Amino acid sequence: MALTDVTHDAQDFVPAVEVEEVELYHPKTWLGKYVFSQDAKIIALQYSITAMAVGLLALVLSLLMRIQLAWPGALSFITPDAYIQFVTMHGMIMVIYLLTALFLGGFGNYLIPLMLGARDMVFPYVNMISYWVYLFAVLLLLASFFTPGGPTGSGWTLYPPQAILPGTPGSGWGITLMVISLVFFVIGFTMGGLNYVVTVLQARTRGMTLMRMPLTIWAIFTATVLALLAFPALLVSCIMMSLDNLLGTSYFMPAIVSLGQQLDYSGGSPVLFQHLFWFFGHPEVYIVALPAFGIVSDLLSVHARKNIFGYRLMVWAIVVIGGLSFVVWAHHMYVSGMNPYFGFFFATTTLIIAVPTAIKVYNWVLTLWRGNIRLTVPMLYAIGFVFTFINGGLTGIFLGNVIVDVPLSDTYFVVAHFHMVMAVSPILAVFGAVYHWYPKITGRMLNEGLGRFHFWVTFVGLYCLYYPMHYLGILGVPRRYFSNVGPNGLPDFIPDSAQFVNIWITIAAICVASSQLVFLYNLFASATRGKPAGGNPWGATTLEWQTTNTPPTHGNFGKELPSVYRWAYDYSVPGAEEDFIPQNVPAGKNTGQAS
Amino acid sequence: MSIFRTLSTKPWIAERGYVSDSHGFRLPTAKVFLSVFLGVVTALFGLLTAAYFIRMAYADWQALPVPALLWLNTAILILSSVTLQWARVAASREQADGVRRGLLAGGALAFAFLVGQLLVWRQLGSLGYFVDSNPSNSFFYLITGLHGLHLLGGLVAWFRASVRLWRGAEVAKIRMSVELCAVYWHFLLLVWLVMFGLLLVT
Repeated sequence: MALTDVTHDAQDFVPAVEVEEVELYHPKTWLGKYVFSQDAKIIALQYSITAMAVGLLALVLSLLMRIQLAWPGALSFITPDAYIQFVTMHGMIMVIYLLTALFLGGFGNYLIPLMLGARDMVFPYVNMISYWVYLFAVLLLLASFFTPGGPTGSGWTLYPPQAILPGTPGSGWGITLMVISLVFFVIGFTMGGLNYVVTVLQARTRGMTLMRMPLTIWAIFTATVLALLAFPALLVSCIMMSLDNLLGTSYFMPAIVSLGQQLDYSGGSPVLFQHLFWFFGHPEVYIVALPAFGIVSDLLSVHARKNIFGYRLMVWAIVVIGGLSFVVWAHHMYVSGMNPYFGFFFATTTLIIAVPTAIKVYNWVLTLWRGNIRLTVPMLYAIGFVFTFINGGLTGIFLGNVIVDVPLSDTYFVVAHFHMVMAVSPILAVFGAVYHWYPKITGRMLNEGLGRFHFWVTFVGLYCLYYPMHYLGILGVPRRYFSNVGPNGLPDFIPDSAQFVNIWITIAAICVASSQLVFLYNLFASATRGKPAGGNPWGATTLEWQTTNTPPTHGNFGKELPSVYRWAYDYSVPGAEEDFIPQNVPAGKNTGQAS
Repeated sequence: MSIFRTLSTKPWIAERGYVSDSHGFRLPTAKVFLSVFLGVVTALFGLLTAAYFIRMAYADWQALPVPALLWLNTAILILSSVTLQWARVAASREQADGVRRGLLAGGALAFAFLVGQLLVWRQLGSLGYFVDSNPSNSFFYLITGLHGLHLLGGLVAWFRASVRLWRGAEVAKIRMSVELCAVYWHFLLLVWLVMFGLLLVT
């Protein structure tokens, strides 16, 4: 392969422009340092810990649902009402309060300033408020568990009219608190999101051009833009829904007889809600998928000691996927009785998304091709992500077609599809990212053996869990049903074999969930007892690994911010002394490049 | 287009080992912040407009009578925007008196607008057009309410800038705040004109 000539004349080197130094707020008290902190790294940890705590609750809820499905009536407190409440809360928490908050609030806060060579976010105070508003939203959500009637049981999509009609569990307090909590979440997120976007645009260090940014940052940046434009739809629909609920307006509520009584509503359009909700809901899928894409790209490159294949195409694919995600929303509504031409349009746009995503998948695989692959735990998770994302993506092609979607709609096939593509895949990326960046955050490595155990149980377990679910879906087993078993204790409307599959899935789910305890133990134990990591244990090129202190201190870098001389993927450069050249190393010494 | 030029650079070849001076836009950070925020607000009101049109098509929609007071309010908001623009120009010429007068008048007019909107609500209420009487009413209250809240948020920024000026800050120091306030006001005026137009046309 011909080497590119990288020699430069003296005039190629533009004198570095002075970047304005930011004045950092230096708190004096313990509270100011660790609780009401304006340091993006602390805020990132606060976001992550809150998100993971509430995610753990959602995990337990999913186990309760699985136990009910496998052994109906085994736990007497799971009534039909409780079951549908668990379904709702599990979905809502996982999608919004865990994944969105963790990727953008957690990883975004931690990585954006560090990877870009900034001291902090551009508006640290707003950033802090963002977390506290998020926490308030979480508390409101949790409070709904303790209200009369319990949390809402309307499904995470909150479709009216059933969401606010008596008869749906949690139709009084539950839905009210849910909607208010979402409004606060959106407000809090918007504060954080504005910060992330403006920081990426404004606070990059010298030499960090847009096209030298690591793909993680490109992905988080694009996801944040999506979120900023999509969350207003959720905000509007939540406000309108609560007006319908509390003041008796009829935005969404049609004339309706409920429990034998004619209600005061008239003429509203439930489908209008669906449009608004999915205008938010579909970009939301990419809000959690794009950061996973970016993180996985970086993990694959670092641990295969090879530059990412097709960097530019990767960036373009991220941007194109982001753009397309706004014109596919109605594929969630094929069964709402839409005009066939409308459905045709949305099926087409949906299938077009396969093009940029396929480009990404090919580039990941080609990055691995003949790389010096190190099967570290983060690498295992990254490869696991690529596998799982392909699986989930392929069933997406099924469901993107109207004619295939209609019979499969509301079956376990849909459940299996979206879990594979937007629940399990991003979570695998989260695990990979945690194993990868934990040494930077704490200064210590996570235990490798426990990590491998955690990976294999999770990965194999997830396939035992979700593959059979596709089969159940094709059989026609409906989702959201409390029980598939008749009064005589035998499967009622599904074959015995399907009930056996249900039991199998539940056992797999219990195994996967229990292995997360190992992960939690690893997180806690390694913080004090792990192997000291040093500044750059993986030999990575990006700036967060080049900080003077590990974990990075307030202000991230030493006296001077680093200057960036190269892109983020200089691995195994021919002629270089080591198999990586950090972004802040100029040409010359030990790089095999003329200075 | 520079964005396409940016996106087509080959970071792995041309620029390897070379520091460029590019680090963020030439625009001040606060301005970038405001533009991104205006994008978010545009999405919000854009979606409301879309929902308005979709809901309007249903049979039960009855257009709301337009109270004459709304014309007055619109005029007040236009004036408020104009006076803030005046303050902005004065700030760029470093005329402290002009900035003071412009800011004060602009803020007061914005307050007057908000009070006027509340009066419109009361008028409509006394005529029996409540928020739940008809979807057109619901949308009217929702849109005016959200617009008012955004203006109120702007008044917080306006208040902070004014306090700094009256405490004796130099004009050059608050020039950016005044400019951003003015831009935000113009934007909210535009949003209001579109929303008011929506109300008039339908």
